[in-house]
Amino acid sequence: MLKTKKIGVLALQGDFDAHRRRLEELGAEVVLVKKPEQLADIDGLVIPGGESSTFLKLLGEEGFAQLRQFVLAKPTFGTCAGAILLAKAVENPPQAGLGALDIDVVRNAYGRQRDSSIREGTFQGAPIEMVFIRAPKISRLGPGVEVLATEGKDPVAVRQGKTMAATFHPELSGDPHVHRAFLQLVEDSEDNFRDGPSSKHRIP
Amino acid sequence: MSSSNGSNTGNSTSLRLKTGLAEMLKGGVIMDVTDAKQAEIAEKAGAAAVMALERVPAQIRAEGGVARMASPKKIREIMGAVDIPVMAKCRIGHFAEAQILEELGVDYIDESEVLTPADETHHVDKHAFKVPFVCGARNLGEALRRIAEGAAMIRTKGEAGTGDVVHAVKHIRQIVQEMKILTVLGEEELYSKAKEHGAPYELIRMVAKAGKLPVPNFSAGGIATPADAALVMQLGAEAVFVGSGIFMKDSTTFAEPAEAEKRAKAIVKAATHYNDPKVLLEVSEDLTGAMKGLAIAALDEANLLQTRGW
Repeated sequence: MLKTKKIGVLALQGDFDAHRRRLEELGAEVVLVKKPEQLADIDGLVIPGGESSTFLKLLGEEGFAQLRQFVLAKPTFGTCAGAILLAKAVENPPQAGLGALDIDVVRNAYGRQRDSSIREGTFQGAPIEMVFIRAPKISRLGPGVEVLATEGKDPVAVRQGKTMAATFHPELSGDPHVHRAFLQLVEDSEDNFRDGPSSKHRIP
Repeated sequence: MSSSNGSNTGNSTSLRLKTGLAEMLKGGVIMDVTDAKQAEIAEKAGAAAVMALERVPAQIRAEGGVARMASPKKIREIMGAVDIPVMAKCRIGHFAEAQILEELGVDYIDESEVLTPADETHHVDKHAFKVPFVCGARNLGEALRRIAEGAAMIRTKGEAGTGDVVHAVKHIRQIVQEMKILTVLGEEELYSKAKEHGAPYELIRMVAKAGKLPVPNFSAGGIATPADAALVMQLGAEAVFVGSGIFMKDSTTFAEPAEAEKRAKAIVKAATHYNDPKVLLEVSEDLTGAMKGLAIAALDEANLLQTRGW
């Protein structure tokens, strides 16, 4: 039976409310996460857009360690600043990454706000609108990383195991496909947990 | 700003990018800075953005004279020092200053009553720019007139440079209350409300339907302590601007950098945990002496900045 999934949205700073609205539209129960102890209570986590350096300051060392523990164990989806946080290495300038995805990311890779844009890219084979705001770029993909979306030649959404990231903002578009894929990932991770680690590992 | 269909074209695409950056700043603190050193302190403390200025409002108020856009050299120095978004102010109606700021590449322009107005009748046509604008407002009508002109973010005016939060509170309460009233009115009553607020009917109707502004709604003007930030956010502000409250000791002298950093960090935490008194106590505990400030009640009408613009 499909039980309602409890999805946390990291709400330290940024567009967490846009993620909350989208996830609720898709039927998830959403918790705004501001304290590490709330992580114990959720099936998956979204790390929103915002300022990644601000997130790091607000997490502090202890919060960072607890968040790291969570993202290595449970389904997590980061957009823009969230993608930066999930990466293994961050450039321009260098800063700490949680290392849940074997990727390197360059902050503000397109330039400043005047270089922000809405473009069409491809997500899992279908065209999709992508909102890039002072967006990062993925500069290195590790061998275990699957590319879910591209814009031009750039990989802009990726997945590795239970972790998903997008350098654009699906929460600011009308198209629900990316969030739906994440909720499916949460669903499948639960199945895996129940059926043993070898069962299906798919994204629709 | 979630639209249910993909039929977004031209102008609305641009507005979505503009409000998109404002979405990213929510829950954050935007700090006034006057040099690269202060900008670095702000970024290190967790500011979501900085406002690059020649003088903070408290200094402008104390020194008088004509307050204009900061020098491009100063703004460039600040842009070079940090990786977070950099905003800068232009005078009300001064579209040429705005053109210069856009060319410079700032991430947001504040068409601000803190500077001496350049036009007594017209604000900048903000649709004509690619760079997003934030504008101040004291009430719903003013907010919607600015949005009609293309503002992608509204902030309360409060009374800048005073360290007195009373008018930031007054303005956020006013805007929130006027929006609440619209939500319970019948369609036929909205026309006269449009007239009463001096705002376009279409925008009045949007607010009546959504119960909130079509763009992010932040607070500014006199916020000086973590408690002040928590207060305006509990009243409905989605982020805060802190001007003179971080780097000034009083209207003419700067605070010690270590003191400013401590205060900046505390306000950043307060903006995130604005409804958690335990955290608010914790961050307020080891702060000493906030900016001395000026009580607004003791100011002459003629010395108010908030009455600039219409």
